[in-house]
This record gives sequence, C-alpha cells and structure tokens, in this order.
Amino acid sequence: MANATLGAPVADIKAGYTAMVQRKRIYSGIVLIVFVAMLAAGFDLADERNAGGFWDGLRHVFDFPTELVKEAIEKAPALPGNLAKYFPALIETINIAAVSTLLGAMLAILLSLLSTRGLARWPRLIAVFRRMMDVMRALPEVVIALVLIFVLGGGPVPAMIAITFHTAGALGKLFSEVNENADLKPVEGLTSVGASWLQRMWLGVMPQVAPNYLSYALLRFEINVRASAILGFVGAGGIGSELRIAISWGAGRYDAAAAIFILLFLTIVVIDQTSSHFRNKLVRGF
Amino acid sequence: MAVADIGYDGAIARASAANLFRRKRLIAFGVPTIILAYLVYVFFAFDIPGLAERARIDNARILLADTYSHKVHVSLDNRSGETTVAIEGENKGQYAAEAWPAWVQRDGPSVVVELGEGEVVRFDPDAVRYAVPEYGIVTIRRTDGGIVLDTPSGEIPEWINASGTRVSITRPAGRVSVTRNRTEALRYFAGWELFFFTLDSPFADKSWAELASLAVSGDQVRPGQSNLVAMASDFWNNAMWRHRDVAWAIFETVLMAFLGTMGAMLVAFPLAFLAATNFSPNFLVRFGIRRLFDFLRGVDGLIWTIILSRAFGPGPLTGALAILTTDSGTFGKLFSEALENVDSKQIDGLRSTGANALQRNRFGVIPQIAPVILSQVLYYLESNTRSATVIGAIVGGGIGLLLTQAIQTQKDWEEVSYYIILTLLMVSAMDILSGWLRQRLIGRSTAPANS
Repeated sequence: MANATLGAPVADIKAGYTAMVQRKRIYSGIVLIVFVAMLAAGFDLADERNAGGFWDGLRHVFDFPTELVKEAIEKAPALPGNLAKYFPALIETINIAAVSTLLGAMLAILLSLLSTRGLARWPRLIAVFRRMMDVMRALPEVVIALVLIFVLGGGPVPAMIAITFHTAGALGKLFSEVNENADLKPVEGLTSVGASWLQRMWLGVMPQVAPNYLSYALLRFEINVRASAILGFVGAGGIGSELRIAISWGAGRYDAAAAIFILLFLTIVVIDQTSSHFRNKLVRGF
Repeated sequence: MAVADIGYDGAIARASAANLFRRKRLIAFGVPTIILAYLVYVFFAFDIPGLAERARIDNARILLADTYSHKVHVSLDNRSGETTVAIEGENKGQYAAEAWPAWVQRDGPSVVVELGEGEVVRFDPDAVRYAVPEYGIVTIRRTDGGIVLDTPSGEIPEWINASGTRVSITRPAGRVSVTRNRTEALRYFAGWELFFFTLDSPFADKSWAELASLAVSGDQVRPGQSNLVAMASDFWNNAMWRHRDVAWAIFETVLMAFLGTMGAMLVAFPLAFLAATNFSPNFLVRFGIRRLFDFLRGVDGLIWTIILSRAFGPGPLTGALAILTTDSGTFGKLFSEALENVDSKQIDGLRSTGANALQRNRFGVIPQIAPVILSQVLYYLESNTRSATVIGAIVGGGIGLLLTQAIQTQKDWEEVSYYIILTLLMVSAMDILSGWLRQRLIGRSTAPANS
C-alpha cells in the first residue's frame, strides 16, 4: 500500500538508491586517490629536495639518540651538575613564556572586548580590531623574533615581545568567541545605572568569562613554553640557546645536551599535566 | 520555610558573608599585587634597564629605511680608477656605463654625484669633495700616511665618523664612505627598485602603461617570444629578488605542513583505536600506546627537529618528519578521546544486523569521528604552516631559511620585508583554505584552543 501511495515500485527506489550510493563511492574514491597521489608526490618531492634521503636517513635515526644516551650514561656522575648548571636558563625560558602569556592575555582581553558585537567601545571599529588580531595571529613568532634580535641584540626580550604579539592575536580570537556567549543582561543593568564602559566590562562581563579566559590562557602557556624554547634555538635567550651551544660542541660533550633534553622534557610534561588538571577544574566549574 | 528547615541562623550567615567578602577583597588586591611583583622581578631578570644600551637604534633605522626604500651605490675603485653605478651595490643591478642615471655625471676625469637637498659629492682625481649647503666643502684626501679629512671649520661634526683608515659621512640625503681602496656614495630612493625586472631586461625602465601596451602589441621585444611570455620569464627569473626561489620556498613550507599533518593523521588513526578503552580490551597495549603518545608530545618539536635533522640532513623532508612525529602524539590523544566518546547505540544496531567488526567500524564508528578528526586536522594544517616556518629556520628549508639568511647578511632588509609579507599571506591563505574546507565538509564547528 505504501508503494501505491508513493507511486513508485520498490525496485525503482532501490535502483535509484544504489545508483546514488555508487556515485558517492566513486566520488569518495576519486578524492581518496587524489589525496594519496598528492601525499606520495609531495613526499617524493620533499625527499628529492632534502640533503639526505629518506631511506638512508631512516637507518640512522637512532644514531644520534644512541650516542647521546650512551654518553649521558658514561658521564652519569656529571648529570646533577649539568642539570643545576642549565636550570637558570630553563627558568628564563619559563619566564619568557609566563610573561608573554600574561601580557598577551591582557592585550587579548582588551582586543577581544573591542571586537565583540554588543560589547565593543567603538562598534564601527570592530572589523579593524578583528583584522588586527588576524594579522597578529598569522605572523609566525620566529619572524618577529629574528627582526628584533637584530635591533635589540640577543637575550629574552625579543622572544618575549614576539610571543606576546602572537599570543595577543591567538587568545584574542578565542576570548572574543567566549565573549559572544556572555549574557548581556548584567551589562544592560550596569548601563542603566550609568556605569562607564570600563566598569561595564569589569563588573558585567569579566565575572562571566573569567574561568574560560583562564583555561585558554593556561593552554596558551603550555604552547608558549615550547615556543620560547624554539625561539631560544634561533637566537633568543633561555634553554634553547644553551641547547644550540651544547649541540655545536659535538661528540664528547653530549652530556650537556642530554641534561638539557631531560630538563626540557620534564618541564613540558609537568607543565602539561598541571595545566590540564587546572583546566579541567575550571571548565567543570568552581 | 526552607530557611527554617535547614536551621537558619542570622549570625552564621553574617559571619559567612563577612568571610566571603574578606576572601574577595584578598583576591581583588592579592592577584594584582602578585602579578605586579612578578613583572617587577622579570623587569630586572631580563635586564630591561640595560636594554637601552644593548639596543642598536642605528640598526633599527637602517631596517626601517630599507623596508620602504632602496639605495644606489656610486663606487670608485681606487686601484682600477673605474666608477660603477649599481642598485644596492649588486652586480645584478649595475647600470651600463653609458646609461647612468641623471644625478651621476662625468666631468672630465671627475665624477659628480648629486645626493639631493643640494648636497653634491665630487670624486676628483686628487680628493673627494662633499659640498654641504650652509656648511661648506668637506675634503677627503688619500695620502700615503692614511686618509686626511678637512672640514671648513676644522672641527669634526657628529655626522662624520673619521679615523686614519676610513672616513664615513652620514647625512639624511645619503652616505659617503672613503677607504684606501674604495670611495662610495649612496643615495636613497623610495620603493623597491627592480622588483619586477632587473636592468638587463628590456622591460626594466618601462611604465605600467608602456608595459600594458607592449603586452598586447604584436612586435616582439625579444624575437621568437611573445611579449607576455618574455615579461613573465624576466619577472620569474629576476636575479635580484629571486621570485622563483621565493615561490619555491613558500611551496616547500606549505609542503612540510601538509606532509607532516597528513602523515601524522595516518600514523595516529590506527594507533588511536589501540589506545581507546572501548576498542582495546588489553590494558597493557592501551597503557603502552598512551605513554607513546605522551612521549611523542612531551619530547617537543624542537628536540625532534634536532634529532631528525641529524639523520636526514637539512631540507623539507626533515621538517615534515619533525611535524609528523610531534603531531602523531597530539592526534593520537585527540582521536582516542574522540573514539571513547563514540555513541555505542549505532554500533549495537549494526551488530544486531549481523555486521562484522570491520563493517561495524566502517559504518558505526567512522561516521561519528570523521567530523572531529577532519576539523582537528584542518586546524593543525594551518597552525603547522606557522610551525613549518620556524622549523624551516632550524633545519634549513622553506621560507624560514630564506628569512634567516636575509637577516644574517644584514643588508637586504627590503627582501626581509618581502618575505614577511609573503609569510603573512601564506598563513592567511592556509587559514582561509582550512576554514573553507571545514565549512564545506562538516559545517560550523568550534575551534580547538591551540590553533
């Protein structure tokens, strides 16, 4: 009876459905083939333009770590001394990350409030602040750091500025997404009693968004620790630059490099664990 | 009534309210104080007061001036007695001897260089004379004992830096330097010179209108090649700006990010099943794979980059593998979490129809996790384009390498700004592409916080 009302025999529907499934499968197959071909061609090209070949390199992947570990074990008594020696550099790296997260988050709060509809101080400039954050987010840290190293000399400050700049853009975008979900009623209430823009934001918006802000800022801190280590390697201060020096000494002095690897690994794991613990707490609510 | 039920006591409520206020006040004053104290500590730990001494303001000035202007060098080689005029002092930008720009002129054996603002330098056979309006003529003579400087007043003004072997004059209009072997005058001009065509190209000194009319006209500037093709090839092979190499570098950076991200996805996908509680009954396997993911993530991209570049040498493949290794850990964790959140009803439904394990996964699990995986992968693709820039600077590949090289040579800052603009465009393009693909494939989704 259902067939009769639909006005089509089951066989037709089945044939149509099968044809559709088949067409979808063919499209998926084509996409898959193109993807695999791109991957293979890209790999081939990268392999060709690389100084060492892939298959040759694969046999030597463990050479360097083995050498490093062997030497570190041989010189195990020197390890505590090395760890202590590079600890200040590690503190510097963490400080760079912490300060730039702090300053970047402050900037991001301002930028995000200025670029959220309903909260913005100057609604006409919302697009301008959004583009500003896009540019800040898009510029890789290393670019700013390298230019600033040329002007300001080596040391932690170029890395700090570079990471702050990027953090402000990245967090600003996330913060403004949080702001969009904020309830506007407290803001309206404050407006009705004649509160200024700063008061409205501080008393009406901040209490709502603070936990989410904190959670994002903690995650950013994890990312920034890694970034500040990398920037150290290209010339800014901290443990990255010590690592670069230690590695350039070459075989026979790998105990220092091993100590730095250990410090870096432990720091990242500890910070990741602590921060994810607190983030879970924040997101689940106080 | 409810109040009475729980034994309401005014005194206790007041006390707890007072407590709450005390806590709030403590936080309101304590947190800013701690932040301020920390910033003060960092202010001294980073030696910000000493920064003013270390900062090279002159470098900043050169950097700024070079980003929007270029200089033309007029150099006299004292050995051969020959004068050359070249853009940025490079061979590739050298003017032919009969086609010097109008502000450089021969006057018998001398060369007269107008630096603008009325300042004129003469390369005379016996001396270099720099005429500064309202000041006089600065004369620099080369003697056997060294280089002798004469100023009208006898005193040396601050814009002249003189020693026995070298005199350099820095004025807003340009710079002059004299050493034993070489005399050089530099004049600044706005814009990026020769960005499109170098001087050896027939299109070098044409205006836009002339170029447009040439492009459509039939008579070939270079026989056997249409004008448009000739222009494209001259631009592409521009020896000064190296557009071809730069395009390759950008492509290499994107390639690193693409290969790294997609490779990591392919590695992490099967492993994630082994790490998810509901798909991997063996505790030991699960524990092992999870620790592997933690290890891959914890040993940071920097360390992987260093270890891998030892084995594979510099180049894009090393960068791709470094991204692949780090992100395998991240993806593994994310994917296995997604797998653990899979709704089991669909799988049960499939089981009731007699589907085998492979079919259950294909039709019950994959459709549920595909949007999560796709959105993560696309976000990381964009973020890894940025990582590939810094990894390229370390392993020596892509735009990161070009940037470090250009900054280390410390002379071609207009190239640095060119690369920075291209990097920005590259990352923005990847951002737009990844957003567009996400929209097309899975509709709107919230961004992960680490993009």
